[in-house]
Amino acid sequence: MPIPYYVSPEVLMQDKAEYARKGIAKGRSIIALEYADGVVLVAENPSASLNKLSEIYDQIAFAGAGQYNEFENLRKAGIRYADLKGYAYGREDVTAKSLANAYSQTIATIFSQEMKPLEVEILVAEVGDAGLPSEMYRIQFDGSIIDERGCAAIGGQAEELKQFLRDKYEAGLSLEGALELARRALEAGASQKTKAQHLEVAVLERSRPGRKFRRITSAELNGLLGPGEGDR
Amino acid sequence: MKPFLEPGLGSSFTGLLARCEPGMFPRFALEGAEGGAHPLGITEAPHGTTILALQYREGVVIAGDRQATEGFQVAHRRIEKVYKADDHSAIAIAGAAGPCLEMAKLYQTELAHYEKLEGVGLSLEGKANKLAQMIRMNLPAALQGLVVIPIFVGYDLRAGCGKIFKYDVTGGRYEETDFYATGSGGKDARAALKRLFRPELDEAEVLRAALEALVDAAEEDVGTAGPDFVRGIFPTVKLVRRDGITDVPDARVREVCQQVVEARRRAA
Repeated sequence: MPIPYYVSPEVLMQDKAEYARKGIAKGRSIIALEYADGVVLVAENPSASLNKLSEIYDQIAFAGAGQYNEFENLRKAGIRYADLKGYAYGREDVTAKSLANAYSQTIATIFSQEMKPLEVEILVAEVGDAGLPSEMYRIQFDGSIIDERGCAAIGGQAEELKQFLRDKYEAGLSLEGALELARRALEAGASQKTKAQHLEVAVLERSRPGRKFRRITSAELNGLLGPGEGDR
Repeated sequence: MKPFLEPGLGSSFTGLLARCEPGMFPRFALEGAEGGAHPLGITEAPHGTTILALQYREGVVIAGDRQATEGFQVAHRRIEKVYKADDHSAIAIAGAAGPCLEMAKLYQTELAHYEKLEGVGLSLEGKANKLAQMIRMNLPAALQGLVVIPIFVGYDLRAGCGKIFKYDVTGGRYEETDFYATGSGGKDARAALKRLFRPELDEAEVLRAALEALVDAAEEDVGTAGPDFVRGIFPTVKLVRRDGITDVPDARVREVCQQVVEARRRAA
């Protein structure tokens, strides 16, 4: 029997990580911001039907960057996980924290055991009840999980966007203010103008009863954003 | 979460439950028990009684009384038989209370699950068919006495009208054009609706008709409860319209019930 070549675990993991990073860097980025009435998610997405943002459960939303087929599969798994848990126990027992942990475990297992790592980065956001802060978890291609407060970014330019947001973000923004900030950040990250029709926007609105996820249509978005640099 | 990533899981929650958590799948029939009678016996399990639905100018009204009956005893006075299924449809269930409640919860989860996975909700036709499949799954339990009979109503956004669907134990699905009532007091409620129904009823008239029918059912059927002014328990009434589902507030139901009872007192 031929002896396989020895590759040290460090090199193997480094190679996989590099591969995954390259794949994710090709995709565009997504921003999540906590604003006065909930959480707003903004994705640069030229497609109107292949969504990057989605509802998971009553107060939980999902965003995926990178390979569409891979994060789409993770999105569906998240909905199955949440709906089963809510059916077996109670609706308030479904939390972003447990969902993010489940994602983290799954993605980490795939990263270490499968030949090809997932070229995705995902974000799980949960809007808190009145008076409680919202939660945001960023889960990377190797399963590492980052607990974000106030603002978060995923995708190729995540670090640059996060840097930009860290300086400019402040708590208690209005929806218009949060959208304007997100657009400025995306424009700075891509160093080009962003057209409103290329933005996919969804909110988790604290005041909505039951399912709090709502997509913002492009007509509504135009009203909220006002004419931007990219549209002139 | 690994099992949820498997290909071929589809968009159905009942399918997911059967495949990934078969232990949690609601099965009420006892295997090996002789057909005909459930070991618990039909009179031992609490049963929900009268439910009805009727068309009106803006959509459909769906209503039910609040009592569950166990043999000749009242099992529960405040049971809820009418549920919002999603933004444009509602379901009312008569029959064995346990399986009814479970089916309502499963059905609500099923519709939301499909909508989230697919990005668009089912058509009204699709929702009505899915419910028929779920009733069919309960057939073994129904044969042992644990019958579940729903009425499903919805606003068909494409056709621009409200629709009423009734079911039989085998999952047979039939569309009703005007009104329908079922449960132990269903026959009496239907007789009342037959007398009171006409096309293009307005909201106040349709509320009156629905509650007249429930009061009639309560008068004739021992299993159905009338409005309970002492404890403040009144039938559940929901309006299903283009703009969504509205619960008719208890205070308004009380007011109309009072008028119905008052009119009968004067006539007596």
